[in-house]
Amino acid sequence: MTPPPTFLGMPPFPEAARSAVSNPQLRHNLRKATHTIRDKRAHVVGELSDWAELRAAGAAIKDRTLRRLDEYLVAAEAAVTAAGGTVHWAADAAEANRIVADLVRATGETEVVKVKSMVTQEIGLNEALAAEGIRAYETDLAELIVQLGDDLPSHILVPAIHRNRAEIREIFVREMAEWGVPAPPGLTDEPAALAEAARRHLRERFLSAKVAVSGANFLVAETGTLVVVESEGNGRMCLTLPETLISVVGIEKVVPTWADLEVFLQLLPRSSTGERMNPYTSTWTGVTPGDGPRDFHLVLLDNGRTDVLADTTGRQALRCIRCSACLNVCPVYERTGGHAYGSVYPGPIGAILVPQLRGVASGKVDPQTASLPYASSLCGACYEVCPVAIDIPEVLVHLREQVVEGGGHRAERAAMRAAEWVLDDAKRLRTVQRVAARSRRLLPRRAPGPGAAWSDSRALPEVPARSFRDWWVRERSAPPPQPPAASPQPPAASAQPPAEQNRIEEDDR
Amino acid sequence: MRVGLFITCVNDTLYPRTGQAVVRLLERLGCTVDFPTAQTCCGQMHWNTGYGKRIEPMVAGFADTFAGYDAVVTPSGSCGAMIRDNHPRAAARAADPGLSARVAAVVPKVYDLTEFIVDVLGVTDVGAYFPHRVVYHPTCHSRRLLGLGDRPTALLREVRGLELVDLPGEEECCGFGGTFAVKNPDVSTAMGADKVRHAAGTGAEVLCAADNSCLMHIGGLMDRQRTGMRVVHLAEILASTAG
Amino acid sequence: MSSREAILARVRRALADVPRDDDFPVARDYARAHVAEGVLELFVEHLRDYRAVVHEVAEDALPDAVAAAVGRRGARTVVTPAGLPAAWTAGLAEGVCLADGWEYGQLYEDSINNRPELVEAAGILTTHALDTADGVLTAAAVGIAETGTIVLDAGPGQGRRALTLVPDWHLCVMRAADVVASVPRALERLDPGRPLTWISGPSATSDIELNRVEGVHGPRTLEVLIVR
Repeated sequence: MTPPPTFLGMPPFPEAARSAVSNPQLRHNLRKATHTIRDKRAHVVGELSDWAELRAAGAAIKDRTLRRLDEYLVAAEAAVTAAGGTVHWAADAAEANRIVADLVRATGETEVVKVKSMVTQEIGLNEALAAEGIRAYETDLAELIVQLGDDLPSHILVPAIHRNRAEIREIFVREMAEWGVPAPPGLTDEPAALAEAARRHLRERFLSAKVAVSGANFLVAETGTLVVVESEGNGRMCLTLPETLISVVGIEKVVPTWADLEVFLQLLPRSSTGERMNPYTSTWTGVTPGDGPRDFHLVLLDNGRTDVLADTTGRQALRCIRCSACLNVCPVYERTGGHAYGSVYPGPIGAILVPQLRGVASGKVDPQTASLPYASSLCGACYEVCPVAIDIPEVLVHLREQVVEGGGHRAERAAMRAAEWVLDDAKRLRTVQRVAARSRRLLPRRAPGPGAAWSDSRALPEVPARSFRDWWVRERSAPPPQPPAASPQPPAASAQPPAEQNRIEEDDR
Repeated sequence: MRVGLFITCVNDTLYPRTGQAVVRLLERLGCTVDFPTAQTCCGQMHWNTGYGKRIEPMVAGFADTFAGYDAVVTPSGSCGAMIRDNHPRAAARAADPGLSARVAAVVPKVYDLTEFIVDVLGVTDVGAYFPHRVVYHPTCHSRRLLGLGDRPTALLREVRGLELVDLPGEEECCGFGGTFAVKNPDVSTAMGADKVRHAAGTGAEVLCAADNSCLMHIGGLMDRQRTGMRVVHLAEILASTAG
Repeated sequence: MSSREAILARVRRALADVPRDDDFPVARDYARAHVAEGVLELFVEHLRDYRAVVHEVAEDALPDAVAAAVGRRGARTVVTPAGLPAAWTAGLAEGVCLADGWEYGQLYEDSINNRPELVEAAGILTTHALDTADGVLTAAAVGIAETGTIVLDAGPGQGRRALTLVPDWHLCVMRAADVVASVPRALERLDPGRPLTWISGPSATSDIELNRVEGVHGPRTLEVLIVR
């Protein structure tokens, strides 16, 4: 069983999006943040003349890995074990949560500090640990904002992107004391002051933490090395100071060789935070006596990933390195934010990853999941910026087919069948056009029923008196048209007939 | 050169003016234009909505209808991209080698109108006259899938009387997206509202693009908002002359 | 069946379309480096872009430069890792240096972190002792010009990872000869078996409105002395 990586009770995307687009504060916060990061990304990506080659190599390395994933996983396991780590395998979220809880309990501790990790959000680890009497403290600034605000993450990289500085200040002032060191008196909403407040709030917790939980950005099969890419130093704190480190890592995070990192450590920072390099990157292999944790556990997680792998079109989603460039550039995400997607993985990548993890191919998914592949205008901006060239529009269309095959929507299916009947045959198309033209004076410019989805905000186009087809058949069919001149040169600007035609068509409307 | 015009079902039914403009323009540039009446639709709506397995008759119909022409010209970026990118995929899926061969034969001859004029005819000054302040919106499929690049603006810059102004945020989708416009009307409208705001902010009278589907959406919003702007297909501008 | 076997079996089933001897090609036609000349200048420029304080000094001026930096900072205690050249701290007053005894590869009891008497015997500073220090002085393994990055690999004079994490000020000595142009060139020189820390400017966050703000949990000031 694959527990859904979902926020329970979220309505389907169009409904959730409706309230999001009507929230001026949210719209303003998102517009500002996404445009800031877009510009930064474009600037640092533009610095590398070989970006296209790096991107192609990134995609190819991931494909190479996925195509022999079993071998690379076994190699990684052997290397981690040889370096003094312990490897666990978790088929689903429940098993991963059970393994982590047991490992924490074995230490005798009831608190853990956490590095920001998408995969532990996916499996609902904090909630599972809480049920076992273990409190998990998020240490990434944005995760802290979300945790203190009893909120849900809305972005892969910046989970509190939907909050502006004033809202963050309010949350800190209100909630920090409940969780530990309170916010300093007179806290302003200056970003530097807010960062300082977070530093003070978490300092003692880092220095005394005994157990940490992390994810990882990469796992090198050849050496057993794990890589965590971060900015604030909370990652280093968690990876270095505690005695026990538990890293939960999706099976798709493996890369074959140490040298492969030369591609990803160029692609990832420039695509995610728009920096040449993120402030801190930590790599570790097993345990190093006297430096960092003395117990290291790696939990390899499937949780639906093998289902994604089985879909030859959809498997490219497993290339994802969680940079979130696709979110930042997506015109839909910019206007709805992440909550509307109802999952820890929002935006374009979420719209292709979540339905697959939840098993859309089986034909049995809830309406919320089934709505996600349609949460895109297929504009292609996501594919353009993806550093590992995931053709997100291609996968979206592929998943729409799976939704349709799983039952789809009855009214839509009937409409599509009717359209096919018309469009498969030119004579039928002409007949329908003529009927529409004859009744065009009767057609309203606002449509009733399902048509209101269009015409509530947009005027309907006027139906012309004659289709192009009718015009052609009447005016041009016989005799065949005579080219005005054999010359490829455009005629002088003073030529008369075209202007005449222009006027005829005005009357023709 | 014998040019087959693929007008597209949307233009055929709702925007005959655009088709008439294409005919007039290409004939003025010395082409012999034909409209094979057996044509219908490229199947894009079905494909993009998840009914791609049902478009085989449309794919076959297109390949057969246009088999005999030197070039197939279409005034729609998204339909052009649909044919170029997805007809081969659809044919491959139909597991009919004959169909794949017919599709493979016709696809390289398919051009967007601006590609055909600039690349094949080698012309950027088409002798047009259009005395208005204009913004050009590069629709997503004409920009990202077809890669029209600066061809449309190169053509517009040669139009006499036309003042071309930059459209802020031009790379952003207008929010049409085919059935997206009705499946997600609120987001679609929010995207379109920003596009209209950017366009109106330039003081232009006209927004033009190489795709009437996007223009139907943008124009529908402009109409409701009483912006005083209008949308015009690029082909109609290029076909206009002084008179 | 164990979860290990179950997952591996599922992976193999999912890859039914892929030949077992699959050798998917990776074209490595990207650049090994984007700059050939001016590597050191670029390194300095990019360090400064990310708000590191940078000074270039001659080898024989290093003790004075260290002392001057400590003086400017007003630091009274500075952590020094094992293997740091004694000459670097020759200009400092007595008692300023807080030596940490840990060395990479030395044989330790595996419980060293947990047993105060062993920690004391090895001369290893506690985390709280690090927290009260005013700064840390280290060497570095590799510098990367294109990204403005310093890599520490726990080698001599660099110490364990906590040393450069807990104190609020990191003074780092980088030899010009160890500065390479690019990420690929740096990885060639680094040993994945050692714990590595890549540092690009002081601790920062982009979590508030996606704007970079320096100074969260790691050192809020990064000062680099580049030795020509």
